[in-house]
Amino acid sequence: MSALKVPTMQEKIANGETPDILFWVGCSGSFDDRAKKITKAIVRILNHVGANFAVLGVEESCTGDPAKRAGNEFLFQMQAMQNISILNGYDVKKIVTGCPHCFNTIKNEYPELGGKYEVIHHTELVQQLINEGKLKVEGGAYKGKKIVFHDPCYLGRANNVYEAPRDVIQKLDVELAEMKRSKANGLCCGAGGAQMFKEAEKGTKEVNVERAEEALSHNPDIIAVGCPFCNTMMTDGVKHFNKEDKTQVLDVAELIANANDL
Amino acid sequence: MISSIIFSILLIGSSAFFFINVKKIRRNILLGKDISITDNKSERLKTMMLVALGQKKMFTRPVAALLHLCLYAAFVITQIELIEIVFDGITSHHRAFREVLGGFYTFMVSFIEILSVLAFIGTVGFLARRNLLKLPRLNMAELNGWAKLDANVILMMEILLICFIFMMNGADEVLYQRGDSHADNLGDGSLGLSISKHLGPLIYGGMPTAGLHVIERIGWWGHIIMVFSFLNYLPYSKHLHILLAFPNTYFSNLKAKGHFNNLFEVTDVVKPNFDPTYQSVLDPNAVIKFGVKDVTDLTWKQLLDAYSCTECGRCTSACPQNITGKALSPRKIMMDTRDRLVEVGKNIDANKGTFVDDGKSLLGDYITNEEIWACNTCNACVQECPVNIDPLSIIVGMRQQLVLEQSSAPNELNGMFTNLENNGAPWQFSPSDRANWIHEN
Repeated sequence: MSALKVPTMQEKIANGETPDILFWVGCSGSFDDRAKKITKAIVRILNHVGANFAVLGVEESCTGDPAKRAGNEFLFQMQAMQNISILNGYDVKKIVTGCPHCFNTIKNEYPELGGKYEVIHHTELVQQLINEGKLKVEGGAYKGKKIVFHDPCYLGRANNVYEAPRDVIQKLDVELAEMKRSKANGLCCGAGGAQMFKEAEKGTKEVNVERAEEALSHNPDIIAVGCPFCNTMMTDGVKHFNKEDKTQVLDVAELIANANDL
Repeated sequence: MISSIIFSILLIGSSAFFFINVKKIRRNILLGKDISITDNKSERLKTMMLVALGQKKMFTRPVAALLHLCLYAAFVITQIELIEIVFDGITSHHRAFREVLGGFYTFMVSFIEILSVLAFIGTVGFLARRNLLKLPRLNMAELNGWAKLDANVILMMEILLICFIFMMNGADEVLYQRGDSHADNLGDGSLGLSISKHLGPLIYGGMPTAGLHVIERIGWWGHIIMVFSFLNYLPYSKHLHILLAFPNTYFSNLKAKGHFNNLFEVTDVVKPNFDPTYQSVLDPNAVIKFGVKDVTDLTWKQLLDAYSCTECGRCTSACPQNITGKALSPRKIMMDTRDRLVEVGKNIDANKGTFVDDGKSLLGDYITNEEIWACNTCNACVQECPVNIDPLSIIVGMRQQLVLEQSSAPNELNGMFTNLENNGAPWQFSPSDRANWIHEN
């Protein structure tokens, strides 16, 4: 595996280049050890197709999503406008995000605040690259494996993106199984709405355990996800049932990058 | 003549009473904050036709959808026959449209009879699901008391209504066959009503003609009295959804479900920090309340949502937090909102048109902080609702109230806010380390 090439916006501009697309990494993708692997998988794909992209690096800051869902509208709008002034300063036109929460917030909530961009989720980018013939995908080590895809709420229900991740997974020549609660009826992993950052209220079960149980009932080799928070929740859920040796939790980007040794 | 007068008094009285209650509900809904929903008229109309008239979202649960369709179709088509009944009632005619419409009349009433049988089956099915099969979503603790009674009262009223229809038509059929009906004799041997021509002779065949006239009248009056009662029961019942489903779907949110409204009151204050040319619009001395504490902090659309809810509980049965035993139930959020709104309305009525503070509020006295903080904002409840109610926007409004007005977020969330403010991330990492991953192996 060759070294990753991750230019920052600042470097690109200094070299007189204009990136075609900005890769919005997100807090989880920047700081969480597990999520960093997803970030790198996305970069490996971008490098492989020779994409002219850049990241904001230290100029990136939280989109404000967790603050907004938790009711702190002031903090959200402060974050949003700070990010928008940086994005507009670089005259960014197109953004790909590694996280459905960043995706949703920038796509839907930034425009009214002055930030208008074309925003896609990384599974949509991969789908586009495959469709355009820029990325050739084979199953590799995943060929014939059984995979269930867990819909992230903020990609699926929130933005009606159901097919891109499935389309991409199916290119790997795998057996894609559907949970009973999938697509528009998908069950949350338990992280959304700022629940990731607090203890759950009193109840009979953890949401991620309920969801992992449903996914594991298909006896899959892999639970595929498209969100770093879902990844954490599902990984914990699989561990709860001591199934981590049998079932891996992987992001769609990791599946593509790993299968094709990118 | 006497019957015409009695009928007219009943008609005018029940219409007037209904109208008074509708005005009250309208007044209550307009207690909500004003928002303008005047865009995309054609898409709104389409949504209403598909979701309300076409019941599109019902069919994700086929059994309930089918039973519901039986009742719904019967209800809608029966309105046609009601025109004749009202005409007959006022003018003391009997089946006045029969002679004019001829074969089409027989077809219509026959069709309505078939739908009425289906509606009977549907109603029995619904009663069984509630009271015998005890479907979990129809037997949760939040429905104890009035909500359960309300549901059963409606279903019993429907059964009674259908029984009266068949009393009226069945007895009339037998009378007609004996040449004793008040319906015009068109020279045929039977009224030709699809169900009653069989059912009538079977039940009433052996009865004397005088008795049949009484039964036919009991059926006729019973039916119309049930219709008037039903009409006036609606404003007090969850069953109001049969009317409000239409405006409620028309005014649906057409944006992506992930789009949560940005509070303009906040933008107006924050924006000048980033855009020096921006001129604040709002009066800096005005007291702005953030978020939702009571029903008057909700928009009229959110209050319309509350009146449109028929407490089916699809939202709650799809809620990840409710499924895992937490206190949050989106249906309860809607029921509480309506209950509180009705209470505020009564307060206004009792105090000559102005609300006198009763020391209560929706958040706190009806809905607890525990419920509000449990939400995943996953939109499952919004997705599920067959009439496009949005409980999530109420929950988020209440979170805004708790954070921005009451500073009472759970400690961990306050920690997250602090991290976000200081580090630009929800965790305690230095912003200068954000790009470290690039060089890590």
